[in-house]
Amino acid sequence: MQRIIYIVQKEFKQIFRNKMMKPLLFVMPFVQLGVLSYTADFTVKNIRIYIQDQDNSPLSAKLTNKIEASDNFILESVGFNYENGFREIEKNKIDVILSIPEHFSRDFSSNRNTSLFITADAINSTKAGISINYLQNIIHDFQTEQAASKGIIELKPGVNIIKRDWYNPDLNYKFFMVPGILVLLVTMLALYLSGMNIVREKEIGTIEQLNVTPIMKYQFIIGKLLPFLIIGLVEFTIGLLIAKFWFHVPILGSIGLLYVFTFVYLILVLGIGMFISTITNTQQQALFLAWFFSVIFILMSGLFTPIESMPEWAQKLTFLNPIKYYVEVIRLVMLKGSSFSSIKVNFAVITLSAILINMLAIRNYKKTA
Amino acid sequence: MDDKVITAKDLTKTFGKFTAVDHITFDVKQGEIFGFLGANGAGKTTAIKMLTGILSSTSGEAKVAGYDINTQRNKLKKNIGYMSQKFSLYEDLTLKENINFYGGIYGLSKKQIVTKTGEMIERLDLQHIENTMISEIPLGWKQKIAFSVAILHHPKIVFLDEPTSGVDPITRRQFWNLIYEAAEDGITVFVTTHYMDEAEYCDRISMMVEGRIEAMGSLKELLERYDAKDMDEVFLKLAR
Amino acid sequence: MKSFRAFVIKEFKHIFRDVRTLVILFGMPVVLVILFGFAITTEINNAKIAVLDLAHDNYSHKLLDKISSSGYFNIADDLKSYSEIEKSFSKGDIKLAVVIGENFGKKLINDKDAEIQIITDASDPNTANIVSGYLTAIIQNFTFETGALKPPLVTVKSQMLYNPENKSVFMFVPGVMTIILMLVSAMMTSITIAKEKELGTMEILLVSPLKPWVIIVGKIVPYLFLSIVNSITILLLGLFVFQIPMNGSHILLFSEVLLFIISSLTLGLLISTITDTQQSAMLISMLGLMLPTILLSGFIFPISSMPVILQYISNILPAKWFIIIIKSIMLKGTGFDTIMFETSIIVIITLILGIMTIKKFKIRLE
Repeated sequence: MQRIIYIVQKEFKQIFRNKMMKPLLFVMPFVQLGVLSYTADFTVKNIRIYIQDQDNSPLSAKLTNKIEASDNFILESVGFNYENGFREIEKNKIDVILSIPEHFSRDFSSNRNTSLFITADAINSTKAGISINYLQNIIHDFQTEQAASKGIIELKPGVNIIKRDWYNPDLNYKFFMVPGILVLLVTMLALYLSGMNIVREKEIGTIEQLNVTPIMKYQFIIGKLLPFLIIGLVEFTIGLLIAKFWFHVPILGSIGLLYVFTFVYLILVLGIGMFISTITNTQQQALFLAWFFSVIFILMSGLFTPIESMPEWAQKLTFLNPIKYYVEVIRLVMLKGSSFSSIKVNFAVITLSAILINMLAIRNYKKTA
Repeated sequence: MDDKVITAKDLTKTFGKFTAVDHITFDVKQGEIFGFLGANGAGKTTAIKMLTGILSSTSGEAKVAGYDINTQRNKLKKNIGYMSQKFSLYEDLTLKENINFYGGIYGLSKKQIVTKTGEMIERLDLQHIENTMISEIPLGWKQKIAFSVAILHHPKIVFLDEPTSGVDPITRRQFWNLIYEAAEDGITVFVTTHYMDEAEYCDRISMMVEGRIEAMGSLKELLERYDAKDMDEVFLKLAR
Repeated sequence: MKSFRAFVIKEFKHIFRDVRTLVILFGMPVVLVILFGFAITTEINNAKIAVLDLAHDNYSHKLLDKISSSGYFNIADDLKSYSEIEKSFSKGDIKLAVVIGENFGKKLINDKDAEIQIITDASDPNTANIVSGYLTAIIQNFTFETGALKPPLVTVKSQMLYNPENKSVFMFVPGVMTIILMLVSAMMTSITIAKEKELGTMEILLVSPLKPWVIIVGKIVPYLFLSIVNSITILLLGLFVFQIPMNGSHILLFSEVLLFIISSLTLGLLISTITDTQQSAMLISMLGLMLPTILLSGFIFPISSMPVILQYISNILPAKWFIIIIKSIMLKGTGFDTIMFETSIIVIITLILGIMTIKKFKIRLE
């Protein structure tokens, strides 16, 4: 026990002695949390539209006005010519073109079928899909209004769809992103710090000295792990406070449960780092490995893109992704107020992997060459 | 327990086909300064690694401080000190913090650490740099500090692997004074070096050539046996 | 010049001797691009949903068939009562619940006013929006098919320019490539120099007769080479595995890639001048750059939807401009004139980074 305390003390001193470390550990993550949580919004705003109006009628002007009045669109210009709009798309100045055909007004008022034409810059497929969707909704509403005002069709919905958004009725994407980004930051920090730790002692040669001391392997690993566990929990706490008081993210479930899970999760991530540290010889190698895994873990966590949209093999791979489990748990507990019974599978997976990886790390750390 | 701190019998280490240490047999007595000489690559460091329990032996057996090097490593490690040619103090900790850390690792109590630290700082006259970062202390000093830290827990034996490589002759002389002091305190010293002139500081010397111990004895015995005027000549005759 | 060559050769040897790092350096980008090219899309398929059918008539069954055969949804839970909805959600695996109102068929055909409730799990608002949009469209089509409503007079047809099948891979492959190039280049340079400092070998180099700039450039050149190899691999993967069209000039694309790599390397250098240990260099180049690059470059989330301040901030990221450039050249086939603006911004950012690096470096030397 005493030996563990000495290692912990030493690690803390080394971390905080480096004057870069304090801001890196306690300022940068939270600036990122504060800033980046605003980015992840799939509601597409400010779609730049060019309307090619070949009809030039009061009706087409009404439609144009309706689009201009919507929150999602910025009407860049209206013209007769399609080419003008196309050139603007090429130059990245316009996102969509809406073409209103000749005789639009005439056909519409005489109950004949007519069609509008949308051209979208589809390089960003999500944005294109959502833009078209918005535009279709506007057009749909428009014709219902017009038809109704002229008594052409009856105003019956067919199916009246009532939409309810549970757990986050305002669809505030920050409720979703803040906990997620917090998870990412805590994970990266824990992984990088632990991943480079033992290998650093290898590189500067002090490990050799430690190997001839009577310290036991498990004491060494625990002593190395504890400081980062503490730092991780402190980071998590600060992040949680920011989530609660700055972003007003609701915390419906038990905070104790959140901490217990975070505790186990951190042991897992630190164990992965330690494991990386024991199988590499230089900090550079450790760093690349840690980076490699963190990019995969992050992008496949279901945080930025839904796991459901991945192909089946990739969905299976996510079962190996600790961030996925943690993101799920944080959301369930914070936003849905789930209790332990809802997260018991995640808990079991994370606990077992934490035990396994740490055992591997201890086994792999060779006091003997 | 008799007065032998190390007994090695046919100790061997092979890496694949390469035999780094080839059936070496020797004893080291309590309180002795035992010089382990040889050219670079003669197998000195491999032998030390086996004796300190960080490398398993391929065959043969050895006991250090009364403990088997392969089966009683942890007890063994409590009773030895070690200082390597690679520098072993933490550059980003102060002198005192380093002492404190290693003292703790060896299981000294807080009180013991405080007294030992005080003694050591006084003996080496380091009051002015006790709170200085190791990275800012000159190399010669660092080596002396590393040695003192290695014997902080008063081990039965201390292994020094090329402790004086890269330091100037005056510092080397001072360093050897520290070794004598330790030996007078009853700490057995096992030192490797490739400076043949350092042999004259040792009570007994073994000469290693290509993994084998080719000669062993006191300086005087060796010089007589090989009819040489200094160790360099002994070495040249052996290497031939 | 001779000493420069010798130095570069030495650096190359350093890198190539370490087989593990080499495998990581060349293998990693390939694995990442393939993995993400396939895995990262925002199109949702087989989203799990729960159904509460209060009608149980012909029409409700037909609608449910239509929903489950659409490919977008997978009916995972057949509920018996309202109270089960919450349970189904708190297990966390369904994205939405559909409640079909009583007498659905009768109301639909006779009154043209049937009722359906869509309850989404809005704890993930983006997914909630997308899936409820899909479902709404399916239900609307259904009402036209049953003849309950006449289809609208005005139909809307759409064309997806540059990406006719609207595949998200077109967006994500350039994005992943940008991230890999940026992070690998910045990370590698900052770490190698920090390593020399940490192990104390930097000082030995600095007292050698080599001029400081020779040392710095000499350290960068191997990584420049590695990054070029990496970007060629990634581009080839994009072209042949993901069939991203290459409509523009190869030379132009290559020069832009080179510019971007140089810009990232310079950033790495700047990081290395302000750090002393590999650990802090790593924290800056990985923890500090990873998320901002992913989130602010427009690679996943559209920049135009972000708060105005963040849109300004995103302007200082070369990655943002580089993604625009790659897409323009490869997918739109535009020439240099249309991307001149973006290119000159990267040049300016690189110059600023370069000047800052030189200043910092000089201060350190004095």
